[in-house]
Amino acid sequence: MAKQLVLMKGNQAIAEAAIRCGCDGYFGYPITPQSEVLEHLMAERPYLTTGMVVLQAESELASINMVYAGAAAGKRVMTSSSSPGFSLMQEGLSYIAGAELPALCVNVVRGGPGLGTIQPSQSDYFQTTKGGGHGDYRLITLAPASVQEMYDFVELGFDLAFKYRNPVAILSDGVIGQVMEKVMVDDYKPRWTNEYIEENCPWAATGHRSTGKHRIVTSLELEALKQEAINDRIQAKYRKCEEEDARYEAIQCDDAEYVFVAYGSAARICMKSVELARAEGIKVGLIRPITLWPFPTKAVKEIGGRMKKILSVEMNAGQMIEDVKLAVDCKVPVEHYGRYGGVIPTPVEILDALKKMVK
Amino acid sequence: MTREDIIKPENLVYKRTPVLTDATMHYCPGCGHGVVHRIIAEVIEEMGIQDNVIGISPVGCSVLAYNYFDVDFVEAAHGRAPACASAIKRLRPETFVFSYQGDGDLASIGCAEVVHACNRGENITMIFINNGIYGMTGGQMAPTTLEGMETVTCPYGRDPKIMGHTMRLTEMLAQLPGTYYVTRQAVYTPAAARKCKKAIRQAFENQKLNKGVSFVEVTSNCNSGWKMTPVQANKWMEENTLKYFPLGDMKVDGKFDPKFIERVGTFDQPNETIFSLRKK
Repeated sequence: MAKQLVLMKGNQAIAEAAIRCGCDGYFGYPITPQSEVLEHLMAERPYLTTGMVVLQAESELASINMVYAGAAAGKRVMTSSSSPGFSLMQEGLSYIAGAELPALCVNVVRGGPGLGTIQPSQSDYFQTTKGGGHGDYRLITLAPASVQEMYDFVELGFDLAFKYRNPVAILSDGVIGQVMEKVMVDDYKPRWTNEYIEENCPWAATGHRSTGKHRIVTSLELEALKQEAINDRIQAKYRKCEEEDARYEAIQCDDAEYVFVAYGSAARICMKSVELARAEGIKVGLIRPITLWPFPTKAVKEIGGRMKKILSVEMNAGQMIEDVKLAVDCKVPVEHYGRYGGVIPTPVEILDALKKMVK
Repeated sequence: MTREDIIKPENLVYKRTPVLTDATMHYCPGCGHGVVHRIIAEVIEEMGIQDNVIGISPVGCSVLAYNYFDVDFVEAAHGRAPACASAIKRLRPETFVFSYQGDGDLASIGCAEVVHACNRGENITMIFINNGIYGMTGGQMAPTTLEGMETVTCPYGRDPKIMGHTMRLTEMLAQLPGTYYVTRQAVYTPAAARKCKKAIRQAFENQKLNKGVSFVEVTSNCNSGWKMTPVQANKWMEENTLKYFPLGDMKVDGKFDPKFIERVGTFDQPNETIFSLRKK
């Protein structure tokens, strides 16, 4: 079966992409609004076709630790959840980062704090990009703005996870997870063979001691100087990642005097606001960060630096705005417009916020 | 007779299994961990599976177990070893997978993971060292601490009215259909250690049969945490711990041992402090 155009939900696209890109295992726990990931996998039963393991775990704690161990054994493994469940996974993500393992975790964000709401939100930006667990680590964070990107970012996420041996998050939200759109799906790619893993992942505890000595996967180092050296190595990876893998999209920025900075579903809404504003003669563009960590600092500095004002549009009370301000060194005024608690802003109200800022 | 005269192959009566590394163990003198490590390593050697096994170490005294076994190892977060072992066995069914946990790790913080791994009938071997105390953090009360027993977080003795009852988790797990072999062993005498080795061998052999969880509790001492000499600790364990945690099989080949069923029938009796464990 070759490439194919299908209509599906964002959450289903995550699941379908996992099967087709050769993922070895998915471990998850039901939570709204992301349960379709697990449901789609259980309906498709990839364990009968590609051999991919799918398991409904007893909790998010169990699922993230299953991911930790699966990654430790050299396998391409993932989980998904929504905000409260993702909070429970933070300890595990810290261990995955500390043990320098590749893994993919999807957060289909809902409004908080606490049990909050099941409606979409972007209120987990801080948690995801600033390190929600303990210790100095970063989550490489991809922010899809369409169902197609939900699909594409699964394989990209695995590639980045293995490139840096670090956990990667897909920071989606209830809009992108639930909406149905056209998706171009790829042909099935084979899973990695055990021989390939032995050859390419010498760090993995495969059980077979093929390097001639036992492999230990741990995040423990009791001697401070050695632990500092491990941290140095991890930080060096992060600097390389910032250099090589910051991604963004710039829309109508060339002649713009003002710019929105927005990601995910907020960016999709801003695309319409750009259209409406330009019809009224306001020259506005949009910078859409695709990686939230590493944040596309250079692009925001370069493009944002040319603007009269910047509006950070987020479905939260103002989180990414801090990175925008840092990027432009506060040399350009940066304002925030946000709705939160599960409320989705309309293109018109973002346009109104822009007009207020322009005045 | 010189040293060289003695060190000859024909004089060899015992040698360390090559499945254990040269690393010096950090365990306290008199602790049972070292013996259990040796038993597991010998079983791995005897079964010829050294190049086909993944161990999962816990958080607790045996957190560094991976340094002592010359087999691939993954160090789990506190309590999550059964989840880790489940995932690895499913992703790598060709390997023998065993988890190694203490009572704080398994019976307290990891209670959910062990119950669900057992309930799913994961085809793994679980080793559970129960010494009734948190050893590594300095001797705090565990779910398995006996009633009346003193620890640094129950310095006046464990009072079940305030601190809950002594937990027999292994008895609970035996009642789950996913467990195939459940036994309680000890290593405080050579005879007990030999029996324990037989049980651990069985627990590894069962993985070949794909029947579900093989669970071996090893009731052990913690002379440091109990503030006793190793000899005193073993005597104390025999006189107190083994009354509440009797040794023997609970489930073999997926079937309950009759003596176990009889014993479970006594669990609903009103709780009374049967031990007077105050040392002073």
